[in-house]
Amino acid sequence: MRRTTLTAAVAVLALTTGCGAADMTRQASPFANARGARTVTLAVPSWVGAQANVAVAQYLLEHELDYRVDTIQIDEVPAWDALSQGRIDALLEDWGHPEQEQLYVREKKTVARAGGLGVTGHIGWFVPTYLARQHPDITDWKNLNKYASLFRTAESGGKGQLMDGSPSYITNDKALVKNLKLDYQVVFAGSEAAQITQIRQSAKKKKPFLTYWYEPQWLFKKVPMTEVKLPPYKKGCDADAAKVACAYPHTPLQKYLNADFARNGGRAARFLKNFRWTTEDQNEVALLIADRKLTPEQAAKKWVDSHPSVWKKWLPR
Amino acid sequence: MATITVFPSRLQLPGALRRPAVAKLAVLAVAAAVLVPLLNSRWTNGTWPHELTVSLTRPLTAASDWVIDNRDSNPLFLYFLGHVSNAVVLSVRAVYLTLLAAGWAGVTAATALVAWRVAGARLALGTAAALLACGLLGMWVPTMQTLALMAVAVLASVSVGFLLGLAAGLSDRLDRVLRPVLDTMQILPAFAYLLPVVLVFGIGVPAAVLATVVYAAPPMARLTALGLRGADREVLEAVDSLGATARQRLLTARLPLARKDLLLGVNQTIMMALSMAVIASVIGAGGLGDRVYQALASVDVGAALAAGIPIVLLAVVLDRVTCAAGERLGADDGRRTAGWAYVALAAAATVAAALAARLAGRLDWPDAWTVNIAGPVNHAVDWMTAHLYSGVPYVGGTADWAGRFTSWVLDPVRSALLWLPWWSVLLIVAALAWLIGTWRTALTAVLAMAATGVLGLWKPSLDTLSQVLAAVAVTLVAGFAVGIAAARSARVDRLLRPVLDVFQTMPQFVYLIPVVALFGVGRAPAVAAAIVYALPAVIRITAQGLRQVDAAALEAARSLGATGGQQLRQVQLPLAREALLLAVNQGVVLVLAVVIIGGLVGGGALGYDVVFGLAQGDLATGLVAGVAIVCLGLMLDRVTQPTRRRAGKGA
Repeated sequence: MRRTTLTAAVAVLALTTGCGAADMTRQASPFANARGARTVTLAVPSWVGAQANVAVAQYLLEHELDYRVDTIQIDEVPAWDALSQGRIDALLEDWGHPEQEQLYVREKKTVARAGGLGVTGHIGWFVPTYLARQHPDITDWKNLNKYASLFRTAESGGKGQLMDGSPSYITNDKALVKNLKLDYQVVFAGSEAAQITQIRQSAKKKKPFLTYWYEPQWLFKKVPMTEVKLPPYKKGCDADAAKVACAYPHTPLQKYLNADFARNGGRAARFLKNFRWTTEDQNEVALLIADRKLTPEQAAKKWVDSHPSVWKKWLPR
Repeated sequence: MATITVFPSRLQLPGALRRPAVAKLAVLAVAAAVLVPLLNSRWTNGTWPHELTVSLTRPLTAASDWVIDNRDSNPLFLYFLGHVSNAVVLSVRAVYLTLLAAGWAGVTAATALVAWRVAGARLALGTAAALLACGLLGMWVPTMQTLALMAVAVLASVSVGFLLGLAAGLSDRLDRVLRPVLDTMQILPAFAYLLPVVLVFGIGVPAAVLATVVYAAPPMARLTALGLRGADREVLEAVDSLGATARQRLLTARLPLARKDLLLGVNQTIMMALSMAVIASVIGAGGLGDRVYQALASVDVGAALAAGIPIVLLAVVLDRVTCAAGERLGADDGRRTAGWAYVALAAAATVAAALAARLAGRLDWPDAWTVNIAGPVNHAVDWMTAHLYSGVPYVGGTADWAGRFTSWVLDPVRSALLWLPWWSVLLIVAALAWLIGTWRTALTAVLAMAATGVLGLWKPSLDTLSQVLAAVAVTLVAGFAVGIAAARSARVDRLLRPVLDVFQTMPQFVYLIPVVALFGVGRAPAVAAAIVYALPAVIRITAQGLRQVDAAALEAARSLGATGGQQLRQVQLPLAREALLLAVNQGVVLVLAVVIIGGLVGGGALGYDVVFGLAQGDLATGLVAGVAIVCLGLMLDRVTQPTRRRAGKGA
């Protein structure tokens, strides 16, 4: 009796699982392409600039090309993995992940390049401009130790505080502080939103702060900041993450598509490959979202209505 | 070493040693007297010695890399895990498409009719109203995504849990093996379950569903086993004497007798699955949790609330409907009512509603019918941050309170813990656990605490521990106070009951939203969320414990002329010791779960490491932190574990 049940169970198992291989790297999200609608899934990174890209792309895909767009909040590194598995179709703003590019684009060929976004990104250390006016020599890293006491906080434990934002962003700051022998402590605010809140609160009271920040960023329009010069960037100086002692590079931001989507994605894929705008455009939309508190859709509509000449070129013929 | 001073005089020693507590302390003191000088001479530094740590980073990174390299070629993935993942995707998709095809009208009609059948007209109305509210908030599609994911996860959890419970209920040996495992799984924070499944399945719905199943199946298994074992001996003997086979006995006597426990198991599984399905948004579950997560990342309280309200509504509706269904079934006594006619009618009504909506061209929830609450809520929050956040005359603002709580409570507790030499922390853990429990629990607690050090996470673990301690202290003071009030006054109890009911069914994730609005980002909001989450259970257990105190004992005290305060202090509280200890235990476990999630709102420490691991795809960091969380949970549970424990969250 028991043996027959066992045999049956094994047989069922063999039937359901043994018939063929199931490659879980090629399984889309169960929520994609519902009811025959053509769906594009876009990754939404956590910073507003990249949300602006997604907002405009989503608006145009939905209103001009008749696609349904799903968005997934996902951090930079996991986004690469999801992109390769086809769980998302496109990543519109990548700040340079050489390891992932090597693995997924060159070796596995599951991710395809889709050209530049037209925006150049740069990460650096910044102090508020009112502080730089007070102490003009603060903008050179060699003088930072002299001013460490200005930046002391409860969390930095006797050293100066260098504020970092989200744990998911590209950062060499811990290594930089160590290798440049700076009397500073890297403190993570936990998220970019928390970092922005802190920057704005400090700026309101004109308090000194030193922060990891990046361009393009809408916040510069609200809180003017000046970059602190680090030892100049040379190609390859950041190859060994533990030994970095140079500034961050200027990175032309890149777009990536899932390889299958790039081939078979039709008009949506061609549109996303054509998508290319400027820092000013991105900042305009980002400022609408982050400062004027418009929803991404409203912000995108506003920009689309006033810049037809820019986006008309992106539509595939 | 001040170990000998425990005994003021030698003459008292034998008498004192007869008391078990003193004897236990004496043993520990002797052990400390021998070991501490030894350890101290080797490692003079107070923190966990580096030589005693084992770095798992390299093997874990290698494992993670291996998975990424092999998941599209290795047979294990292709022929087993791939199919598991595929099955999950297909079934979630099938449910989701069905829900979409039914449209909002069809889904609302169907759920209301089901609720009517199993739980009565009032709950049916409530269910329909809740679903329409989800649509009204513009959350129809995310709600359906969460429902689809939940449906699959609950089905899987209930079947897995039932089978495990069946095995444990029928075989004593399996019961001995399974029980400690299930007991432990019950106390682990949800966050600790996410990383292992991400390692294997990658970010996405399959991982989310599997994490949910692992989290939600244990209560079903526990309660099934409990129900089967609790069956009335006499009934079973009667069945035996009728010459029933083992199978007949199971199907006709034991399972029907365990019906109530089984239904309670289903109810608990559903609630835990909802809680987890929402947290799993961190690993790509999509749906409502994802909206909350996105909104929290940008501190957009309004949007978080718009997605949080449907979660709460779902939780309340699911809890009430399954509870009511359980009670009805219990009262029914297995009488089968003519159900087919109703089923057919309900199906027809559902199809009619779906078709009507489709013909009216309103299959999707119409955009025009949504109410945007994010704007007004954010205005309110802005007003609050502008006016209540800081600098309110005399009382200070909420941010000031948070700041003061951080610098006057959290920081001192943390520095005190870090200042204590590591061996003394272990000693304190051992002493507490042994005094309250047995030497077994003490040993587990010490080993678990030591494991966090071995993993190289001594400092973050103590940081998390300091948050837990601060939160538990506040929770217990407030919880005992309110619990005593509820036990002494029927009116307070009546007022509290619905509030506690709602609060106890809300998923952990939802609590993060209001605290971010009030206290900003950091450790204080994480602690505040933990307090609010753990409070209802503590209040409830305290009140229940006090009320169950023997009436005769109270009467006796009253006749001796004891005042109300004296009765409470000298009779009720001592007699309710067991319940109070249980309240402490539950409070600690619940607080830890939320303090960990606090990593999402700047809570730092172990929770942050898990978030970091997920965000950077650095699974080694995340997994090690996850293991440390497990150890910390084990330690806290064992330290506060009274000899007897009850099933379920806040039971």
